[in-house]
Amino acid sequence: MMANNKIIISTKGLLKSFDKLDVLKGINIDIYRGDVVCVIGASGSGKSTFLRCLNLLEQPTGGQIFFEGTDLTNSKVDLNLHRQKMGMVFQQFNLFPHLNILQNLTLAPTMLKKIPKEEADAKAMALLGRVGLADRAEAYPSQLSGGQKQRVAIVRALCMEPDVMLFDEPTSALDPEMVGEVLDVMKELAREGMTMVVVTHEMGFAREVANRVIFLDEGLVAEEGTPEEIFGAPKTERLRTFLSKVL
Amino acid sequence: MSWFDKLHQTFIEGDRYLWLIDGLKNTLLITLGALIIGVIIGAIIAITKYFCEGNKKLKVFSVICDVYTTVIRGIPVTVLLLVFFFVIFVSARDGVPVAIAAFGINSGAYMAELIRSGINAVDKGQMEAARSLGMSKGQAMAKIILPQAIKNILPAIGNECIALLKETSVAGYVAVVDITKAATNIRNKTYDAVNPIILLALVYLVLVVVMTYLLAILERRLRKSDGK
Repeated sequence: MMANNKIIISTKGLLKSFDKLDVLKGINIDIYRGDVVCVIGASGSGKSTFLRCLNLLEQPTGGQIFFEGTDLTNSKVDLNLHRQKMGMVFQQFNLFPHLNILQNLTLAPTMLKKIPKEEADAKAMALLGRVGLADRAEAYPSQLSGGQKQRVAIVRALCMEPDVMLFDEPTSALDPEMVGEVLDVMKELAREGMTMVVVTHEMGFAREVANRVIFLDEGLVAEEGTPEEIFGAPKTERLRTFLSKVL
Repeated sequence: MSWFDKLHQTFIEGDRYLWLIDGLKNTLLITLGALIIGVIIGAIIAITKYFCEGNKKLKVFSVICDVYTTVIRGIPVTVLLLVFFFVIFVSARDGVPVAIAAFGINSGAYMAELIRSGINAVDKGQMEAARSLGMSKGQAMAKIILPQAIKNILPAIGNECIALLKETSVAGYVAVVDITKAATNIRNKTYDAVNPIILLALVYLVLVVVMTYLLAILERRLRKSDGK
């Protein structure tokens, strides 16, 4: 699955505290191009915070984040430019309710990348078609089901042609019968070689699709390895306890 | 003398109905002008406060906004009007621009709080989603946050418009002939107190009903784009 060994995201001693609460206590992770990394851990382990630090939605308290060789924590870096290449999918979808689906998809490409409207529309429609929602282009987010919203949210991120996709518990807010349709889209993406970092509670997805699994515990990487290693032969007691609760 | 003769004597003789029409023009002019100034000031303050939040370097702007809101909301609009006319713009010949400024600056303080509450009511995830796509804070504000905020606060802005229209009835304090002042002038001239006052009340009522109706149409339009 690894297309090549080029590092795309690298964190060095990543720290994040909220007031006096230390959430991330020094995380060093390298993510390679083509990787599908699943981040698992108990709630409060810092996995969402870690993901949100990667595109600096949360400002890290310390440490560095390199994205394609640029240190994003350097205040001189034009963050907006780099964020265009890091798609993000949220637990709560966060579609723009005042815009219809097509406008949701084309707003950022036309505004930020100056792509002509026709071209952006065509690309958005093609991607919508691939997630089976071409007929809903004129609908508004409030008219869609949760699973449809999340598929649109994934397409919205893809329309910016990102180099990496960050997923923050993308199926946690969905009704159980809609989880599958979203995971299918994500599997498809992984098969095409998209670099993905996925914070998830879907152990089945992690086992099937990820090439690496990272287990966070109390703000540190407690264990890291292939799905076989993590799920088949957990080394630490913490991971064994965690897996016994979720599997 | 029948009631109709009385009406004729009060409003038609000496073309006094024209006083009312001129007064109405001033009332509408002051309301509209003040509304525009109020919305602009309110939006500037609300957005400034949004961007200054949690930024120590910009805190001074936030404090300026707070002082403005506190001072303006702490002074009755009539007193504010007197201050503007007799203290600040002493040499003003025409009271209408002074009244527009006074009511506009007064309204701005209330609009600011309205717009701020509207911005705060938009889900935090909206800003995050916009930023994650690469939009700057300003772009996200203009394209994502404000359109939703305005939709949320439209009913409250409507209330503010209605309050503003009615507040302008004190403009006569500074020699502005608005419709209230015009009615008073007719009363003084004709010694007919009842009819000008009843008519005045009716005119305000009709204006408010029309405003309410227009706002309802606007709200319905906006909701349609919501797909609800």
